[in-house]
Amino acid sequence: MKRAEHPFQFVAVSYLTRIGNQVATTLAELRDGLEKCSDASIFYHTFQSLGRHHFLTEGFSNDFAQWALAALNRAELAERMAALDIRSYTELSDLRSDLLRITDEFCAAYPQELDRKAFEPFYFCESIEVTVPKGSEAWTLEEFRRGLEHLGHGSFNYHLLMSRLRLQLRTNDFSEWFAKELKLESLARRTDNIDIYTHTLDSARSNLLQFIDKEMAA
Amino acid sequence: MTTETKAESPTIQLDDYVPLLGQAEVEEIRTLASKLTGRTVQMVNSTAMGGGVAEILNRLIPLMKELELDIRWDVITGGDAFFEITKAFHNALHGGPYQARQEDFDLFLATNEQNRQRMEFGCEFTVIHDPQPIALIEARHGREGHWIWRCHIDLSHPNQDVWGFLRPFVFRYDGALFSSPSFARQLPIPQYLAYPSIDPLSDKNKELDADYVSSVLERFKIDASRPILTQISRFDRLKDPAGVVRAYQIVKRYADCQLVLAGGGAADDPEGGVVLEEVRKIAGNDPDIHILDLPPWSALEINALQRASTIIIQKSLREGFGLTVTEALWKKKPTVASAVGGIPAQVIHKHTGLLAHSVEGTAYQIRFLLSNPALAQKLGEQGHEHVREHFLITSNVKRYLTLFLHSAGIS
Repeated sequence: MKRAEHPFQFVAVSYLTRIGNQVATTLAELRDGLEKCSDASIFYHTFQSLGRHHFLTEGFSNDFAQWALAALNRAELAERMAALDIRSYTELSDLRSDLLRITDEFCAAYPQELDRKAFEPFYFCESIEVTVPKGSEAWTLEEFRRGLEHLGHGSFNYHLLMSRLRLQLRTNDFSEWFAKELKLESLARRTDNIDIYTHTLDSARSNLLQFIDKEMAA
Repeated sequence: MTTETKAESPTIQLDDYVPLLGQAEVEEIRTLASKLTGRTVQMVNSTAMGGGVAEILNRLIPLMKELELDIRWDVITGGDAFFEITKAFHNALHGGPYQARQEDFDLFLATNEQNRQRMEFGCEFTVIHDPQPIALIEARHGREGHWIWRCHIDLSHPNQDVWGFLRPFVFRYDGALFSSPSFARQLPIPQYLAYPSIDPLSDKNKELDADYVSSVLERFKIDASRPILTQISRFDRLKDPAGVVRAYQIVKRYADCQLVLAGGGAADDPEGGVVLEEVRKIAGNDPDIHILDLPPWSALEINALQRASTIIIQKSLREGFGLTVTEALWKKKPTVASAVGGIPAQVIHKHTGLLAHSVEGTAYQIRFLLSNPALAQKLGEQGHEHVREHFLITSNVKRYLTLFLHSAGIS
């Protein structure tokens, strides 16, 4: 079995949520918040929100879309916001721009909606990420498989999804290691193609384990 | 006299949660804690027994000790007058009326000062729970360490006199923890989200034998063969039991079902007794409405009623976090609840339950779920996962560990 030059380091991750001082009770205020909130807030309500709600596989994408649906009852806006695929972004500023663009287009088409009071306010929050090395590392695919089974949801998500922002690449920690260290490009590609919007983290992990098993059996 | 409190339930260990969370999640809690071995933590609140805070600390402290944090729990003491004042503060911070008196503030400060002199401080992390011991921040003078104020109450519409008195103390902490973003205020110190939690191994939430559940239904003469709609709550106008009956009466035109309103508090709360009588009057002589005034030691019965229910309702007009909703979701129950207080954090509309804003809306959502059992089941299952991820005692442990790691700059 091929041995990597550099091992895969598994990390335990946990998030603290910081409550911001911005609150939106109308669409106009949400738009204002989207423009002014921190990158950590955009991250919390998009990337991290998907991780927090990983067990939802239908129709949940990000907090902004969910609020547009549940609190503003504006399905069109919600659908358009939900359609943003966070895997397409390696910069939070780009994601913020697209959220603003969609909101502005909706506001231009339905100016009467701007000041309609929402059923409940939107509270802007931020993520604070804390990571601790698990002390386990993998030099081979077999060792990687063992480590993968011992990852909690948050940590699995950290390596599979959050890593895109860290790497500034349209890939993830796992695929990066498979391709660079083990020269397993096909496994890397299949891992990167796992649809996190239609999978729970558990089913995404099961898929990845199956890919690895096939690779090891080959 | 202030004493260090011995936490109860020492027999429950972290590994007991493995069947519910999975080995990997429990391992990661241990990994996070490994960086805090031997670090000192002090929790301070105002009661060792009774109330949600004590209930949480009774389970949290042994788990933290098992994780090798050097944690202690202290309870402040005070006379009846002090606790009458803090009760009045509590109600005033929830927005209730309060006539501020200087002597109340003086006694509050004097009692905090007495406790400060009796207690030992100096831990790396000090967590002060709720307003009663808030002025213990005076003990920080000249000491290092991180001081956190854990506010378990809704501060969104406080009485300005009481808040104005407490606010300068809050500002001296390094951070504050709130149960929901909606409970927080604009503060110059960092505010963090810390959901309350339930213990899945407690009598109120543990798995029950089907025979026991059946026996409880029999005892209360509830028909297990027809749909059961249930609201568990005190007989309190803010829980809108009358609205629940009206919603049920609308549903009843379309579906043969029963309503269970179960709770306590009527015996020792004069207003609870009045509300109970009002509800009985609205219910009339409908044999399918079961109004159960239960004693405080009815955790197993409440658990059984929740598990036997087809749909759980929480039609509150105002709410704290709404742990009865958490309990229902944990039991995989389709839930229809008002979008107030901490409920929207738990009931994600159309994902983990359904939100409603009126009697008619509540009735409609109930009818919808009764007509779509497969969807109802899915909402219940997703609600269970939501609780598992965010609202269990183990999540609470993890959140404190994360806060301590962040505060100490370990990451």
